[in-house]
Amino acid sequence: MERKMKIRAWDNGKNTSIKAIIFHPMETGLRKDKKTGKKIPGHYITEVNCEHNGKNLLTCLWGPGVSKNPFLAFDFDGAKKGDDVKISWVDNQGGKGGSTVKIS
Amino acid sequence: MAITKMITHITGCDLIKEFLMDKKRRIILKATMAGGTLAVAAGANLLTPGRVMAAWPAKAFAAKKMDAAMNVITGKDRPVSSNQIQVVAPDIAENGAVVSVKATTTLPNVESISIYVPVNAYPLSASYILSKQMKPSVSGRIKMAKTADIVAVVKSNGKLYTAKKGVKVTLGGCGG
Repeated sequence: MERKMKIRAWDNGKNTSIKAIIFHPMETGLRKDKKTGKKIPGHYITEVNCEHNGKNLLTCLWGPGVSKNPFLAFDFDGAKKGDDVKISWVDNQGGKGGSTVKIS
Repeated sequence: MAITKMITHITGCDLIKEFLMDKKRRIILKATMAGGTLAVAAGANLLTPGRVMAAWPAKAFAAKKMDAAMNVITGKDRPVSSNQIQVVAPDIAENGAVVSVKATTTLPNVESISIYVPVNAYPLSASYILSKQMKPSVSGRIKMAKTADIVAVVKSNGKLYTAKKGVKVTLGGCGG
């Protein structure tokens, strides 16, 4: 299933700022379903890759300890308006997604 | 809105209760996690062809002791505390399921920043591998089981440095 995500990338005068949210349940695998008493299987993002014009910027290794609908923010150098920023992710159940935005 | 908030609070409570789980369940969980990693590896190759992906360190994320997780992520060396790292987080977090945290440093040549919560079931929360283009600062949101320190470990010029910030997690929101 394709999950939604939002990315904002803008030139802040000195460098480029990125803010992103991925809509994902980030189940730890430790919680139980209140009705059935069964464990809810772990379902979380494991890796997020951020690229600038195809060049790797940042790799995030995430575990179940990251909050639901994870948020990510960072700054980087060497980019200009109109450049592409691509963020892609994979989860522990083989799910994946990503999005590309232009720096504004 | 109120209901959603309640549910999140309940979730936070559950996390804490689950710390008291028996060992058997943990073993089952471990097995599930190992299976998941394989799927990730397969998916990762499809996503970014032509680039070697850093292998997701399943062992580090499944480790229940901070030491064990650190051994996998940064090796046997232990970090020294540094006042050049800042961990920015709220003093009091009402909801342990969502705690904003920013780790920022003035150390040079930062290769990675890792965030740990020593009291969590799995102490390693996140590890960030930074390229040269990056400013040495990352923000995110993590889960916290109870009042504790958030520990950031920064690898700079091949050496490890650390700093921490105490966050009080209010349990009152759990409805108990």
